Amino acid sequence: MTSARTPAAGTEPAEQPSEDALLSAQDVSKSFGGLLAVSDVTFSIPERGIVSMIGPNGAGKTTFFNMLTGLYRPTSGVISFRGRDITRMRPDRITALGIARTFQNIRLFGTMTALENVLVGEHARMRAGLIGSILRPPRVRREERSAHEKAQELLGYVGLPASVMGLLAVNLSYGDQRRVEIARALASDPSLLLLDEPTAGMNADESARLVAFMRQLRDERGVAILLIEHDMKVVMEVSERVTVLDHGEKIAEGKPQTVAGDPRVVEAYLGKRGGTE
Amino acid sequence: MSAGDGNLGAGGQNRMARIRERYGVLRRRGDAIWARRYARLAIVLVAAAAVILFPYLFQPGSTFLFDLVEAVAFVVMALGLNVVVGFAGLLDLGYVAFFAIGAYTIGWFGSGFFAYVNHTKGIHILTSGLASTLPGIHINLTAGRQGITPIDPGQLPGLNPFDPLNLRPWYWVALGMVAIVLLVNVRLRDSRLGRAWVALREDEVAAASMGVPLVKTKLMAYATGAAFGGMSGAFIASYLNTVNADQFAFSFSIFVLAMVILGGLGSIWGVVLGAIVLSFINTWLIPSVIPNLSSKIGIKVDLTSLSYGIFGFLLVIMMVLRPQGLLPERRRKLEFVEHVGTGPTDMSAERV
Repeated sequence: MTSARTPAAGTEPAEQPSEDALLSAQDVSKSFGGLLAVSDVTFSIPERGIVSMIGPNGAGKTTFFNMLTGLYRPTSGVISFRGRDITRMRPDRITALGIARTFQNIRLFGTMTALENVLVGEHARMRAGLIGSILRPPRVRREERSAHEKAQELLGYVGLPASVMGLLAVNLSYGDQRRVEIARALASDPSLLLLDEPTAGMNADESARLVAFMRQLRDERGVAILLIEHDMKVVMEVSERVTVLDHGEKIAEGKPQTVAGDPRVVEAYLGKRGGTE
Repeated sequence: MSAGDGNLGAGGQNRMARIRERYGVLRRRGDAIWARRYARLAIVLVAAAAVILFPYLFQPGSTFLFDLVEAVAFVVMALGLNVVVGFAGLLDLGYVAFFAIGAYTIGWFGSGFFAYVNHTKGIHILTSGLASTLPGIHINLTAGRQGITPIDPGQLPGLNPFDPLNLRPWYWVALGMVAIVLLVNVRLRDSRLGRAWVALREDEVAAASMGVPLVKTKLMAYATGAAFGGMSGAFIASYLNTVNADQFAFSFSIFVLAMVILGGLGSIWGVVLGAIVLSFINTWLIPSVIPNLSSKIGIKVDLTSLSYGIFGFLLVIMMVLRPQGLLPERRRKLEFVEHVGTGPTDMSAERV
């Protein structure tokens, strides 16, 4: 092992996540059968922070994401959000607490319009139940109306032209689908937004706009962002802190520039020089 | 929107004329919307009146009317199942159970059933004559194949008497139930819950991640469907004047499911049509039209015992020719015809 290690190397005693962190994960592991996909990762996201998680394909980033949002249950470890243990919570409860996400492969509801997709995102913030939906008392009508207004406002906020809000999600262009997915995530009023490779398939210009948009989100809406990203330019530009995963382990963490110079990170991405240490 | 912008330089008068023209167009468009609304209201009222007055075209005790009332009761049942299968996309093969619960409920409380049980100094539950020959207390809640009969007809002010010779009040009660279940279908479809069902149907993972509780949301669909299954079960038991164990076969669930599929999953009017069509095929076409026609050309064909085979055959034909149903719902049509929403919108699999 090299001596030039970052403070967060996996072999060091587990650090304590800071007390004021919005989300913190403590020694989280996940194994599928015998395969250890994520191994003892300790990680935290500060309030209003923008942090990135990078690593080669198959490093366990998305698995880690899925544990944060409740889709997977960690094999061991504790995840807490605003001081509450969410380790074994259902995805919808976690969303209700204020974590929202997008997917690596866009997962919009294809046969619903852009607007309806965002309305589904508002589900956790709405109250109407079975009886209310059938009888539609004024309370429910008001709620529906303001939900529609909010959905339109959000779609406008992410830059979707008003003319396509009524189109089915499948008929939207790729870029617009990405926009709708972000609007749908924002519809649950999250305080933490998890973006899984949001710039996939975007050109440099679109990526740059997304970077600006993430900052705008943080500044205007106070949303913290966890970003999984392959585009290093985006990561370097937007992140306050970068965490590198490789083979399920955290191999480096720190400011973007520090991490980029870390030999282990270079090794993980480019392979060992000459095949020997 | 900016059709006139190119002519800005063509002088003020020209422009004013354009604005006036456009305002005129808008006003006419507004009038057209109102006209359409009134036209729709008129059509609805006329249709409602026609449906309500329809039984006066027939003798109050005619066979057709008898079949019609049953068909209308099936509409209630199919629309109930539509919430489960059509809206939420869940397969419900136990629907007959709720039909049975409704039917026995009216059987127990709408007849002398409990009095009868007390009279014979024993409580019989189970389902056959065997039980009563054994010593001890038997509780026979289903009364077996003999069933619970007769069942007292209902009493509703203004709609009496309910009797086998005047089927009109039965028809109107069934129609009232259809009105309720239609309202429930329409309202639920365009609601927070209806959207959650569509989302669930398309992508459970994404729906859960958007805050839709899977189990609770699915249970609400089942509960709504069950309520209408029970409701029409109670009605049919009372209408046929009997509840017996033979009515509640597994195939009954399939029969109602076939109505929903034939009409178009999730399509409210499609399901209404599907229920009426299948119900009449069952009560009229197979037992009376086909034998009559065939005897005219000199052969005797009775397909009654083959009816479920015929329904199965019809479904296969539908699946080949028109999988989206007779009157498909917009989304389902996309799903069946263009294969939209049957997985993640992106073709590549989610990497983990």
